[in-house]
Amino acid sequence: MEADRKVKLVLGFGDQRREIEVNVPAEDPIPWDATTKFSVVGTAAPRADGVAKVTGRAKYTHDMNLPGMLYGGFVRCPVAKATINGIDWSAAQAHPGVKAIHDFKVKQTRYAHQHLIAIAAESRQALEQAIALVKVDYKALPHAARFEQAMVDGAPQVHANRPNIEAYSPSGREKAVQEAMQSADKVVEATCTTQVQNHCSLESHGIVAHWEGEQLKIWASTQATFGVRRDLADAMNVDEANVQVICEYMGGGFGSKFGAGYPGLAAANLAKLSGRPVKVMLDRREEMTDVGNRPDSVQTMKLGVSKDGALGAYKVDIVGTPGVGRGAGARNPMIYAFEDRLVARTERAVATNAGAQQAFRAPGHPQGSFALETILDLAAEAIGMDPLEFRIKNDPHPTRKAQYKDGGARIGWKNRKPNGSEAGRFRRGFGVASAVWYQIGQPQGAEVLCRILRDGSVQMRNGSQDIGTGTRTLMQIIGAEELGLSLDRVVPFIGDTRDPIGPGSGGSVTAPTVAPAARQAAYLAGKELRAVVAKAMGASADDLAFSQGQVVHQKDATKSMAFADACKLIDQGEISALGKRSKNFQAFEGTVGGVQFAEVEVDCDYGIVRLKKVVALQDAGIIINRRQAESQLNGGVIQGISYALFEERVMDRQLGQMVNADMEMYKIAGAVDMPEIESVLYDVSNGGNTTGTAGIAEPTMIPTAAAIAGAVHNALGVRVTSLPMTPDRVLAALAQKEKGK
Amino acid sequence: MHPPDSEKPGLSRRGFLKGTGLSVAAVGLVKSATAAQEAPAAEVPTLSAAQTHEISFELNGQTTQAKVRTGHTLLETLRDQLDLTGTKLVCDQGSCGACTVHLDGKPVNSCLVFATDVAGRQITTIEGLAKNGNLHPVQAGFLHEDASQCGFCTPGMIMSCKALLDRNPSPTRDECKEAISGNICRCGTYFNIFRAVDHAATLMKGGR
Repeated sequence: MEADRKVKLVLGFGDQRREIEVNVPAEDPIPWDATTKFSVVGTAAPRADGVAKVTGRAKYTHDMNLPGMLYGGFVRCPVAKATINGIDWSAAQAHPGVKAIHDFKVKQTRYAHQHLIAIAAESRQALEQAIALVKVDYKALPHAARFEQAMVDGAPQVHANRPNIEAYSPSGREKAVQEAMQSADKVVEATCTTQVQNHCSLESHGIVAHWEGEQLKIWASTQATFGVRRDLADAMNVDEANVQVICEYMGGGFGSKFGAGYPGLAAANLAKLSGRPVKVMLDRREEMTDVGNRPDSVQTMKLGVSKDGALGAYKVDIVGTPGVGRGAGARNPMIYAFEDRLVARTERAVATNAGAQQAFRAPGHPQGSFALETILDLAAEAIGMDPLEFRIKNDPHPTRKAQYKDGGARIGWKNRKPNGSEAGRFRRGFGVASAVWYQIGQPQGAEVLCRILRDGSVQMRNGSQDIGTGTRTLMQIIGAEELGLSLDRVVPFIGDTRDPIGPGSGGSVTAPTVAPAARQAAYLAGKELRAVVAKAMGASADDLAFSQGQVVHQKDATKSMAFADACKLIDQGEISALGKRSKNFQAFEGTVGGVQFAEVEVDCDYGIVRLKKVVALQDAGIIINRRQAESQLNGGVIQGISYALFEERVMDRQLGQMVNADMEMYKIAGAVDMPEIESVLYDVSNGGNTTGTAGIAEPTMIPTAAAIAGAVHNALGVRVTSLPMTPDRVLAALAQKEKGK
Repeated sequence: MHPPDSEKPGLSRRGFLKGTGLSVAAVGLVKSATAAQEAPAAEVPTLSAAQTHEISFELNGQTTQAKVRTGHTLLETLRDQLDLTGTKLVCDQGSCGACTVHLDGKPVNSCLVFATDVAGRQITTIEGLAKNGNLHPVQAGFLHEDASQCGFCTPGMIMSCKALLDRNPSPTRDECKEAISGNICRCGTYFNIFRAVDHAATLMKGGR
């Protein structure tokens, strides 16, 4: 057995570099660092599945049409809360098109349009007819669909077994915080509110289930193939070994698609009952009311600050509604140098009669960022300090420190005027906000199989999924880099649980978890190939390396041979190696930093925020594919813009119904809403894993709304403290400013 | 809190479709609500030969026959009967553009078109763009500029972009935004799409 090696790595970026010694396990290659010379890593490679996507050939779960397939759908309870006395589905069962009915056995519903039973029918039309034939005998009960209804004394109790308000215990620092506030030069206060945001993935939640004897074959629109496998094996009481989950393509998840969920249970049960494949795809209303959302928040803050801009104590009280789910905290990450003992945080999750929250791209962060950056801007204003200077003074992160200066120059921060100094109908402003993310990947979270075939082609296989971030291409690039091949020699396979384990795509972990396992797989397979070649040519395997389609003899170039010729020496038909995900080692900072700037022009007659430009600077680790990293950065910013200006779930408090559960009235930013976006990727050798890969799906969305809010503040001289910053809210803020004069 | 403002008149279109077109489903829904309480299942309207229509139209250059039911949309016909699943169903009300195809060369939301209305007409879907294994310049542009993330909006986007370039070979950025203003991309790939259109415009003029 070979021994672990101690290796010195150069981590960091630009002039911020450090030498760090790490322990590398024998089975891992030497980690990539700031000195590594790459051939394909970091280039703008085309998406491995790009042709399938642009030709319409990519098959999503939505697209599965199996022979004999039935359509599954749901009978739902129309009111926000009810006792279910009975469900009469005899007429539906008698319908000639109906083949199976599954009862979820719900005794009490807790939100409008909660699913009660599932029906499988021969056609969509038959399904619609059958659903209408079911008679639900229910008794409507008083509900509390919004937090102000759920928090009052005597409010209807959402859950039978627990109170509406779940409070998390205070930090125990209240006294220290209170004392520090008293000695602060200035104390600023603010209350910010944020809205419920819907994921609104374009492909709705859906599953196709097909039983072949004891084996359950599933096509799922999911961001966790292995999570779906586990869920369905548990629920259907079959061995995981007998469950296959396929997700070659999926149309967006953003945090809402981790498990089989009730659509999966419905499909698996209906398929079992009917003996035929069953497809369950939610319609748009169902997608927007019954499979998750980002909780809203009310964040009440108090911040002490000294005249020279040093932060003192910080107190925040957070209220959020998880609907009938659990946990709704806004994350106020302390990325600015707050002293830990001077932060007091209280949090209350308020249950409501509304659909349960689910993880949504950086859960808690965008709402927390909006509030925290608001109080920081107000503090800077109170002491007469430039808000960018204020952040540079208080934020210790080396990457963000560089990004503040870089981004400030790119957005033209020097043109920024003092808050509210513009007059007239159109007023211009600049804002800035920051983000932190934590991911360098899950230790032991993935395995990748690398197969080198006798004709010199290579497979890279992992069973996890691609939610749009480019997992397939990532594995292809890493295999090609490690084996010195061009991309067309490496064929990646993902999205099938018959392949080795991979992570669920949450927390931006997929890339930094899969990439090191892929690299180890290619490294180990390559090592075996080098041994084969070395034996054949009478050389030492240590003298051989892979480069530009060749197995290169580093001491005697005349002995080098083409990779494809080397593969002909493989006796057993192919070489395969399983790469595992080793533990993380020391990282540059342990977190990745991002900063965003916004420039707006506000139409003060109509209250319309016109976004002129966003500069987004993001630490992206060692960038595997520049083009996809940039796509992801743009995408995060655009979803942030949409959150800042447009998106909002609207609940009717009397009826307890979401009134805009469609894509007409639930507004999502479109092409005409796009400002100029300057995306600046920071190549940072973060260390932490052998590929230095960082996940950036989440941090890129966090600071956008806060940066836009800062720009609106600068333009108007008054803060809009509520999201989305729609014209009515902008005009209300202006009116309040007039009143205050 | 308040309802967000809307720029698009989609609800009325949806109302129109549900009110007039989907008569099978609508009658079924209305009738069955009372039928379930009072009458046996025999009252339920079922699908009969009288409710299916044979239509013939040109699909991606080929004469195509399909049996469609009253109220069937073009989208359902393409996806469920002809297994052309590149065209996606997302909002089902003409708000998102994912189901965009060309009807006689013009982009339409196929979820808002009755299948019976395409009889004798020309339909082009995403599957009909590549010829002899060669990508259409718009597809090549999307590939070149990485204008897909999850890829679910991509077919509809490409059809809208192709329609733009068919009528305007040198669109400005604003014209491009306008042309895809009815297409929603949830991953936020708009900039890559703008650049893909520029790239395609160059290719279509013979450039590289």
